[in-house]
Amino acid sequence: MLGTTFILALRSIRRHLLRSFLTVLGIVIGVAAVVAMVTLGKATTLQVQKSIASLGTNVLQIRPGQGFGRGGGGPRPPDFDPQDVEAIGKQITGVTAVAPQAQSSGTAIYEGQNWSTTINGTTNGYFQVQPWPLTSGRYFTPAEEASGKAVCIIGSTVYTNLYKTAPALGTRMRIAGISCDVIGILTTKGQSGFGGDQDDVVIMPIKAVQRRMTGNTDVRLILVGVDEAYSTAQVQASITDLLRERRHITGGKDDDFNIFDTKQISDTLSSTTTLLTNIVTAVAGISLIVGGIGIMNIMLVSVTERTREIGIRLAIGAVANEVLMQFLVEAVVLSCLGGLIGLVLGQLAVILLSVLGQLPFIFDVQINVIAFLISGAIGVVFGFFPARRAASLNPIDALRHE
Amino acid sequence: MGAAAGSAVADKAPQTVGDPLIRLRGVTKTYGTGATAFQALKGVDLDIAAGDFVAVMGPSGSGKSTTMNILGCLDVPTDGEFIFMGHHVESLDRDQRALLRRKYFGFVFQGFNLLARTSALENVELPLLYRGDAKAERREMAMAALDQVGLKEWWDHTPGELSGGQQQRVAIARAIATKPAVLLADEPTGNLDSERSIEIMELLADLNKNPGITVLMVTHEREMAAFARTIVHFKDGLVERVEAGHAQGERVG
Ligand SMILES: Nc1ncnc2c1ncn2[C@@H]1O[C@H](COP(=O)(O)OP(=O)(O)OP(=O)(O)O)[C@@H](O)[C@H]1O
Ligand SMILES: [Mg+2]
Repeated sequence: MLGTTFILALRSIRRHLLRSFLTVLGIVIGVAAVVAMVTLGKATTLQVQKSIASLGTNVLQIRPGQGFGRGGGGPRPPDFDPQDVEAIGKQITGVTAVAPQAQSSGTAIYEGQNWSTTINGTTNGYFQVQPWPLTSGRYFTPAEEASGKAVCIIGSTVYTNLYKTAPALGTRMRIAGISCDVIGILTTKGQSGFGGDQDDVVIMPIKAVQRRMTGNTDVRLILVGVDEAYSTAQVQASITDLLRERRHITGGKDDDFNIFDTKQISDTLSSTTTLLTNIVTAVAGISLIVGGIGIMNIMLVSVTERTREIGIRLAIGAVANEVLMQFLVEAVVLSCLGGLIGLVLGQLAVILLSVLGQLPFIFDVQINVIAFLISGAIGVVFGFFPARRAASLNPIDALRHE
Repeated sequence: MGAAAGSAVADKAPQTVGDPLIRLRGVTKTYGTGATAFQALKGVDLDIAAGDFVAVMGPSGSGKSTTMNILGCLDVPTDGEFIFMGHHVESLDRDQRALLRRKYFGFVFQGFNLLARTSALENVELPLLYRGDAKAERREMAMAALDQVGLKEWWDHTPGELSGGQQQRVAIARAIATKPAVLLADEPTGNLDSERSIEIMELLADLNKNPGITVLMVTHEREMAAFARTIVHFKDGLVERVEAGHAQGERVG
């Protein structure tokens, strides 16, 4: 019997294509909106998390100065010194690795190829704080770190521009006027969340950079990896205390350095984007309900319009339940078709918007399934009332209906 | 008497020889209640034998359609008995009557009542679909019915593409596709010119002879009633008289 009803419902939909399409327009738009909003929301969250993750998770970034948008004016606070770095590593609990950084820039030259790039002086701790595997070669040896030997690990952008595809390991290139041995090539990280090319870098032992380029022992940035088991806020507080003491900041004076907690920022941004996603999804969800009411409305009109048809069906032997089922199946098939069209449109919108907004493209199976099931449920709920009305018609009255 | 139809019906339900296919006893029908109540039938007694071709005549408002609706199990009498093949139809519920219609009755209406935008074949298939026939069987029986009304070539035309006479023949094909025992036609020629009307009447007469369907038809025209074997005259909600039709006379004479 269900097979029969299914055939009849499909025939009826096919014969009134325009009417059918208008009936489900609300569902189409609602489903498309929900799918697009949820998927884009997730993509945005993912994007934000990725940006933050590129800084390393559970990483504290310590810089001199009062941080974003604060302070300003007055003499620039001093950079950190190697003893600060050592003190953090030794005295603070919950720290997995500490990586001081001294930065410079210069032109790298190899066999007539030039490439101007960023030079990052640091220690092996850097690769622990934010893991960055090598495609080939090795990291620094303790001896190289201790002596500040001129060895370098190069990012993939630098490699491609200087070497094309030629072997780089063991070669000696010149950088900012000094020559150094290439000991490792890093895997490609891609764009950072903030736009820069993270692979356009040459990494050297910090002592080499300090002695031969910056000419001092200043540390501009300290990265601190925090053990998962410890709270970053707590570690941050201990570091603040330590640095205040070491930098002789007493009483109510403000810190002259800032600690940037990537995890906290990540959490804040994620919860904000999640909230926004939920709000927009709720609005889109309302349009789904409006779509359902649209179906009910047109189905009711169609019951009136088709009264005579219902009369004919009843006269030639349909039982009331078959008429009810036909209308119900019609509503469900319609709204499911509408749902499917909505899914496709929503997906197209996602593709378009993620290209325009440079968001990662994701296909969220879960929301597609949920949106489809909801559209089916809307068909059942809003199709039932008109279907019952159709089934309760008296065949004689229905036949006489003009 | 249509002996062929009689035996065809007999194997569907046990029936004592000589019992009419249809028996109405004291059937009344009152529309509305209270002050607006109107008694359309005032105690109709009528027997119709299997295989008969009956024309129902009478002035407008005399209760012809009301009687047809009751005979077709589309409606129930307010009072009285309607026995069809041994079933007391007046005590059946809505769905039981629907099943009875599906099995034993074919309907032809004055206004054709085909489904719009639906091919002749699909229209004729519809009752078979409700009966639950398989696709191939449905197709075959529907085509056979269309063939019987002479519209085999027109199977893929929608009602909008057919003339009135053709539409009525499609409607007849739909009514006979299930091989019903009884064909009920309320003014089947009411919307047709006399030439088309006679074609329809000849078709009904053929169906009555072979395969022997019992035909009940309402008509206002003597000329059409002449095709019947029995003519029942209604007046004021009662059967006024029953006369032998032209066809009967022809046969006897
Ligand atoms: N649903 C209804 N409600 C109220 N009165 C009705 C209804 N159907 C029929 N009647 C009344 O019952 C009476 C008999 O109607 P019926 O349709 O049986 O007449 P008829 O003999 O078929 O007439 P016609 O030749 O005009 O078709 C009429 O007076 C009609 O007004
Ligand atoms: Mg009438």
